[in-house]
Amino acid sequence: MRINLPPGAFLGNLDPFLREFDPRDPSTLTLSSHPKWVYVHPMVLSMVAALSLPIADKSKINVETMQAKSRPYFERMGLFKFLGSTGQQPVTEHDPSGRFIPLTRIRDSESLNRFITEMIPLLHAEPERVNPLKYVISELVRNVFEHSYSPYGAIVCAQFYPKSNSIKVGVADTGLGIKRTINESHPASTDTEAIGLALTPGITGATKRFGGNAVNAGAGLFFIKSIAKVNGDFFVIYSGSGMYKLLKSKEKERRKLYLGPFKDRHSKHDDFPYWQGTLVGVDISLDKHQPFTALLDLIGDTYQKHHKKRKKNGFKKAKFI
Amino acid sequence: MKEIKLFPKTGSFAENKDVAKAIRISELTPALEENEKVALDFEGVTSATQSFIHALISEVIRREGVAVLDRLKFKNCDETVKKMIAIVVSYMQDTL
Repeated sequence: MRINLPPGAFLGNLDPFLREFDPRDPSTLTLSSHPKWVYVHPMVLSMVAALSLPIADKSKINVETMQAKSRPYFERMGLFKFLGSTGQQPVTEHDPSGRFIPLTRIRDSESLNRFITEMIPLLHAEPERVNPLKYVISELVRNVFEHSYSPYGAIVCAQFYPKSNSIKVGVADTGLGIKRTINESHPASTDTEAIGLALTPGITGATKRFGGNAVNAGAGLFFIKSIAKVNGDFFVIYSGSGMYKLLKSKEKERRKLYLGPFKDRHSKHDDFPYWQGTLVGVDISLDKHQPFTALLDLIGDTYQKHHKKRKKNGFKKAKFI
Repeated sequence: MKEIKLFPKTGSFAENKDVAKAIRISELTPALEENEKVALDFEGVTSATQSFIHALISEVIRREGVAVLDRLKFKNCDETVKKMIAIVVSYMQDTL
């Protein structure tokens, strides 16, 4: 496998970087980088780290010495530790408070719980502001536990960007991938078709029944896409050869949620280099951040609008005391 | 009325579906099967994922039908938790 870190790869301009990824020969990994500048989305870091895990013989991982000025950043994010690389020059690791959540491998429920608790102080943000981040990480990592069957778990990292006042998150796994998981219960002939089903609330690979089973509603990814949509942020899912990207939308359009992801402003491709597993990247703007309760109102309204058959007489509301 | 306190098991962010499932199986379902009224007490829980709420209550709505909502109450919910519960209760009825 071969990955070249370009001068810039964020969700908006991610496509050329992904197209250059060479997944052939999974027993080796070569990482090269642009000689001057390397600034990448946390999804890219999670991707590289996840690729390295199945390679037991770390001598098969070749990290070409990074010359870029941003090399210390990758050191602090823990990338070279993941790759088992010793070839990089030493760097003083700074206190990460207020800046980033370094690459972390999460393999079980308890460590997820601990991770969510411990990541909050790292971002030095008000609790209300980090609620969407907690939500996104919990749902994405639990998806990995429940659907990916990856023995390596989920690789997570995040970065706070003070200039844009936003948090960018990447979650990667090298498991079954979305198409194989969805195909357990629903037909999908392409990766983007499977991604489309996974983003549609009520559909899960765990059951053919609409609405899911006792523990899976098939709504987690829809909620995450909705968080990105109402804030006008990017959201990317890459699995197999398919990539779906929720594009930024204008203010007026943001308050319109659709159950089907292809009605949103998006791009999709089914001819990307094959990613064995699932990669997700999401941006969360804190400035534009809608109160979480407002988002839930929108989601509730969307469900209601799309279920016109609802029987008025038999419908009951939850009773709060 | 049987009260089930969530916070000691979930903390302020209720996201662990395994915990939700365990509460449903060991406390919620048996009480409802005994025809008891149940209050799920969310005091101290400031946020919950849709997945958590689904794992906690969807199966009882599916098995017992919508009438179970006459015996199942939600106590001390803050606004976020209330809205999440309302969404799950609502979409579950569309799948019955």
